[in-house]
Amino acid sequence: MSASSESILEAFPLTIRDWLASVVPLDWLQWLILSLIGIVAILTVFGLTFAFTTVTERKLLGRFQNRLGPNRVRIFGIRVFGFFQPFADAVKALTKEDIVPAAADKVLHFLAPCAMVAFSLLGFAVLPFGKHLSLLSNIDAALLYFFAAGAASELAIFMAGWSSNNKFSLISSMRALAQLISYELPLLLVAVPAVLMAGSLSLTGIVVNQGGDLGILNWNVFTPWGFAGFIIFFIAALAECNRCPFDLPEGESEIIAGYLTEYSGFKYALFFMGEYFGMMSLSGLGVTLFLGGWQAPCAALAFIPSYLWFYAKLIVMILCFIWMRATLLRLRMDQLMRLSWKFLVPLALVNLGTVTFWKYTADWEGGMLVARWLIAIALVILPFISLGKVLSSGLGPRKYRYA
Amino acid sequence: MLGTGILKGLYITAKNLVGSYYSSERLTTIQYPEQRAQLPENYRNFPFLVYDGEDAIDGLRCTACKMCEKECPPQCIYIIPERDEKGKLQKKPKVFDIDISVCMGCGICAEVCPFESIKMDHHFEVAQRNRFAGLLLHREQLAKSNKYYHSIRPKEATAVDESLAEEKRKAEEKAKAAAAAKEAAAKAAAAKAADAAKAKTDDLEEKKN
Ligand code: SF4
Ligand code: SF4
Repeated sequence: MSASSESILEAFPLTIRDWLASVVPLDWLQWLILSLIGIVAILTVFGLTFAFTTVTERKLLGRFQNRLGPNRVRIFGIRVFGFFQPFADAVKALTKEDIVPAAADKVLHFLAPCAMVAFSLLGFAVLPFGKHLSLLSNIDAALLYFFAAGAASELAIFMAGWSSNNKFSLISSMRALAQLISYELPLLLVAVPAVLMAGSLSLTGIVVNQGGDLGILNWNVFTPWGFAGFIIFFIAALAECNRCPFDLPEGESEIIAGYLTEYSGFKYALFFMGEYFGMMSLSGLGVTLFLGGWQAPCAALAFIPSYLWFYAKLIVMILCFIWMRATLLRLRMDQLMRLSWKFLVPLALVNLGTVTFWKYTADWEGGMLVARWLIAIALVILPFISLGKVLSSGLGPRKYRYA
Repeated sequence: MLGTGILKGLYITAKNLVGSYYSSERLTTIQYPEQRAQLPENYRNFPFLVYDGEDAIDGLRCTACKMCEKECPPQCIYIIPERDEKGKLQKKPKVFDIDISVCMGCGICAEVCPFESIKMDHHFEVAQRNRFAGLLLHREQLAKSNKYYHSIRPKEATAVDESLAEEKRKAEEKAKAAAAAKEAAAKAAAAKAADAAKAKTDDLEEKKN
């Protein structure tokens, strides 16, 4: 993709931003406005995505279970298959009574939802949404920043659990901490191969590294290590944003919504929002690391602006999250731990070896190229099968003697 | 192999997702206020009173026998029979109230009623703004025509109509038979009396002789 083939659309958001900023003459004010416009744009785009993800999720979950899903809300008599639901939900959340338990730590109880949203928004700052679209594109260690910001949301959850002064909330936040720490590790470990291949910690660098004449085949996910890494990343990301089947911290059946128990009204909505922002930014990272970021799948489709490609891939990721939620059951705590420490972490470590092999055999040609692929695939498949055998021996299938 | 179960599950949910858009037997939801399910005939919730003919109150089958009032487990039926000026019972209810906030829909009242008067209704939208007065149904609200009864429970209502007609026929026959018997008895009595009179005169004549 050369610079000459770039359409006006590609730079369109930037043009608008610069035009808006050029209205003010002062230099420092201009800088401020440039940043503010970026922030507002991210908040609007992802805020709306959040709103429509909630309703899409509910509708799709319905369909996954052969139901209709919400389809009632209408505005001025227009009922667009219930897609106005988020607005009704917002009004409801805003007008609900905000109850703070008498024994709660009032300050922390108030701060927790705000912190949750703030921390989960931080990740968006470094994601390269398009060729020229990234708030802090000049950060070299963007990946590190992303994980550091993501880890902070654990603090918010613990704040919520602690300040509620409710045993269910506390149990849930302990669970959340254990879960998030266990899954942070595989998440980090599978991000390393992408860094190794790109030779850069900058997310933009990783995306650029996935471009090339082969189009879609250049994406990391279409290499043996990338494929394995993407699957592990996906599982760990599900756990990181507390989504089904890893929604133990919320476990409605055993700890009545956990750290959310004592929250109502808009604070609850904020938690919800934070969770979805977290999910979106993690999906964005997955897209960046494995699915070629903003790259178009082939050169012929490059006329569609890069940010739209990014957004489309993000949506696909989110739909997969929803699909998972509709399919799988919640794990038990010990199963959750075992999955991470005994399965994902070893596989992610093996994956590091695979990617090293891949990197140092980059110049193999002809028959050796086939050998390279075969060895790399074996390096991915064999540990998976053997580890799976060892771990699941004696565990199933379960016989129901009295059923 | 590890993970195949998950893939199978994903396949099934995906099949649901696609299938629910074009196969209507998958999507069983009935969108309630606009669409309604056909209630099964034996569905029951609250009782109502059947009346024959045109006038709801005069046509009530109920004879105020108070059988249902006695049998109702939560005691939610309240009946006062009608009396005329002299205080004689009229075989009609003056007050017939059912508190449907108490009624548990057991259908016992409908089972015990000897006059096929009280039956179980299909009407379930009974929400009210006033939970005391609104849910206490009076004679006027409870009375529903036999035609309505036919419309909700055609089979049962037809059977009831037949048995009522049968009973009526039998009662008429009985009445006829009774009338005939009475006549016969009267005749016999008359004959006897005549005989007796004759015997008496005979007696007298004998004495005379
Ligand atoms: S249905 Fe049962 S509870 Fe209701 S009035 Fe009849 S006997 Fe009483
Ligand atoms: S409804 Fe039936 S059982 Fe109840 S008082 Fe009337 S005739 Fe008797």
